[in-house]
Amino acid sequence: MKLTLKIWRQKNGNDAGGFVTYQANDVNKDMSFLEMLDVVNEGLIAEGKDPVAFDSDCREGICGTCSLVINGVPHGGQKATTACQLHMRHFQDGQTITIEPWRARPFPVVRDLVVDRDAFDKIIQSGGFVSASTGGTPDANAIPISKDASDAAMDAAQCIGCGACVAACKNASAMLFVSAKVSHLGLLPQGKVEKDRRVLAMVKTMDEAGFGNCTVTGACEAVCPKEISLDFISRLNRDYATAVFKSAWGAK
Amino acid sequence: MNLDSKIPSGPLASKWERHKFDLKLVAPANKRKFEVLVVGSGLAGASAAATLAELGYKVKCFCYQDSPRRAHSIAAQGGINAAKNYQNDGDSVHRLFYDTIKGGDFRAREANVHRLAEVSRQIIDQCVAQGVPFAREYSGYLANRSFGGAQVSRTFYARGQTGQQLLLGAYQALSRQIGLGNVQMFPRTEMQDLVLVDGHAKGVVVRNLVNGEISSHSGDAVILATGGYCPVFYLSTNAVGCNVTATYRAHKRGAAFANPCYTQIHPTCIPVSGDHQSKLTLMSESLRNDGRVWVPKKQGDNRKSWEIPENERDYFLERKYPSFGNLAPRDIASRAAKEACDDGRGVGPGGLGVFLDFADSIKRLGEPAVRERYGNLFDMYERITGENAYKQPMRIFPAPHYTMGGLWVDYNLMSNIPGLFVLGEANFSDHGANRLGASALMQGLADGYFVIPYTIGHYFASHKQERPSTSHDAFKSVENEVNQKIQKLLSVKGGRTIRSMHWELGRLVWEKCGMARDKAGLEEAIKRIPQLREEFWQNISVPGGANEMNVALEQASRVADFMEFAELLCRDAHHREESCGGHFRTEYQTEDGEALRNDQDFSYVAAWEHQGVDKAPNLHRESLQYEEVKMTQRSYK
Repeated sequence: MKLTLKIWRQKNGNDAGGFVTYQANDVNKDMSFLEMLDVVNEGLIAEGKDPVAFDSDCREGICGTCSLVINGVPHGGQKATTACQLHMRHFQDGQTITIEPWRARPFPVVRDLVVDRDAFDKIIQSGGFVSASTGGTPDANAIPISKDASDAAMDAAQCIGCGACVAACKNASAMLFVSAKVSHLGLLPQGKVEKDRRVLAMVKTMDEAGFGNCTVTGACEAVCPKEISLDFISRLNRDYATAVFKSAWGAK
Repeated sequence: MNLDSKIPSGPLASKWERHKFDLKLVAPANKRKFEVLVVGSGLAGASAAATLAELGYKVKCFCYQDSPRRAHSIAAQGGINAAKNYQNDGDSVHRLFYDTIKGGDFRAREANVHRLAEVSRQIIDQCVAQGVPFAREYSGYLANRSFGGAQVSRTFYARGQTGQQLLLGAYQALSRQIGLGNVQMFPRTEMQDLVLVDGHAKGVVVRNLVNGEISSHSGDAVILATGGYCPVFYLSTNAVGCNVTATYRAHKRGAAFANPCYTQIHPTCIPVSGDHQSKLTLMSESLRNDGRVWVPKKQGDNRKSWEIPENERDYFLERKYPSFGNLAPRDIASRAAKEACDDGRGVGPGGLGVFLDFADSIKRLGEPAVRERYGNLFDMYERITGENAYKQPMRIFPAPHYTMGGLWVDYNLMSNIPGLFVLGEANFSDHGANRLGASALMQGLADGYFVIPYTIGHYFASHKQERPSTSHDAFKSVENEVNQKIQKLLSVKGGRTIRSMHWELGRLVWEKCGMARDKAGLEEAIKRIPQLREEFWQNISVPGGANEMNVALEQASRVADFMEFAELLCRDAHHREESCGGHFRTEYQTEDGEALRNDQDFSYVAAWEHQGVDKAPNLHRESLQYEEVKMTQRSYK
């Protein structure tokens, strides 16, 4: 396959950046999208040019590091697939492909296709945990948890924190990410104890980081490589409203 | 070099309890005076950083990824072992201990392994308390499965994403401590070297991967939890960023490297599709619970899988190992697959693959049940190969996956450099020559949650030394060396890319020191690697500068270390004239092709002391004493 690539190049956070066009010849359909970029980079290095910087690590769709907007869609639009697991057999010979970084104010560009997702870590640090220190915990079977609750928690817990939801959202909202963690922990008895303070703290940090509000377009769910459901956002809204009312009335 | 394993005296089952009492304590109010540097944020690093901070120590944690949540522990699929005996099927601490020793082919320390089996139970309690959503039965109690060669069901799992859920549990505990100001986190920061002051590990020099800045951090102790060295083979199931740099630089500063030749080749990976390949993808070996492994009986049989009748198929694991069948341990299953392919009966491109067939399970359990158990793995397989494994068998082939070797540590997980502790895959201590499935997660968390919090205090209480300032000469001199190395990498400006050099090295190591090794091949590799290293330093091309995000420079720096480390790996494999676990020397096998151990001469840990690049390392032996178990020939027939 021969492809034309329009890739976003940006030296650093202060640089304006812009698209540069490259030709990728000899693309094999069994390559992953990132392997195709590896080959492009080999060519650039051979010419003594700076390779395109992009983030990746596990390359098996679980670490959440890769973060490419491909033809306008975060992760490239294959159902439940990260960019690292997207294979070139889904593209056509002669196609032009546009490759950009996540675009959202809370995710500033570091270089080329690499963005800074510190804001996600900050949200977790503010409350996305169960405050159980190591040791002194009861036997794991002491509290039976219904399979339904446990399965639903796992559905939410699958989030890989890649940020595609933010990149897809016209408001750059992080609600799907936050709702996944709030739901994962809130659905389990261990996490219910501090459910209210968790949701209040996480939403506050989310707002302070500059993420936009949710207008329920569903774009986040559509691009989520782990298919985190929009229903979790409803749950987040309910949990948040309950916590706000309880704190307003001083209810315990 | 003094390799005192510091194994406590007394009966095996009470060693750890007694040792915990004998260890000196640091008073609560004094803990905040000690600063611990944790390198790596996977299961071992994150759990250690979080737990030490909970105890009151000041912690700095470093990872090369953009967030601690992305460490490669996240990719572990199958599960975590624990001797809970929830299934009432005969499991116990002693059985998990025995299985681990036997699985490791009698090349691990009894005392360490027993402790691992003991604390395995607490790990599950801890993880459940953190909200890890392990699979459950309708009763609401935890579900278990049998995994990778175990005859009891002791594996806890969270769909096919157990590593992810355990890592997120540890990451969340770590995040809580970051939020509380007890841990300072340094993402996108890579350790470049270790700093020793008066013979003690007192700091690290790191590079900020965003702006290239080199800086020093001093501490009262350094913990390396930096994972294994699989990418020495270039292609492996590890993340593309995994590297040996932290442990190898510590080795060059005096830390003994133990048993580097013990590498694990995982049997159920997706076969290679071409030279462009950047990594191999593993599918959980839990697939072997319900999948049957086979190849055609005839050589060069190119028919489609469904055209080959039952009586022309060789279910070689079931045939060779009737009692374990498709669940034979990893090293045995991998080698059997390789033998079938070497025999010309492999399937798929290049004949480098064997079938893993679910047809019988689908018939027996129905497709929905198979989908429930393995749906995400089947989806992953289809994404990569474009084939539907509900309709036709998967093709699998072994790939480097885990490294049992690592820095030598004593019972307290301290290396021979005082103050340098090594946890998780980065150390050598618990898996011997071969690791059992679902035991890596267990060891990483055991080390971080339940071992280091006890043993590090003893070191602080026994060695009352001032924490040096980073303006100390020792830091300046290491910083200079680091800067010089970076300048050297940038100044070669030759004609070869890092990737092509890494590929060539990896190919060589895989061929000569992979699933099967022999004297002649290893000698060839030991001769060839220094030549490759020379070419590397004469002819690599690293564009860009030092003071910016420079991915090529990061890779160059890591590959430079692999260029030296690969030789150590091959030297260890060359010296160990026996076959054991993941180390199979073709000269040493039984009549029916099984690994032939030599307990008389090789029942020891080989700990290598660095003597300089291009010089042979010194070998030190820690002899292994078996008090509790009788060494037997492993048999899975």
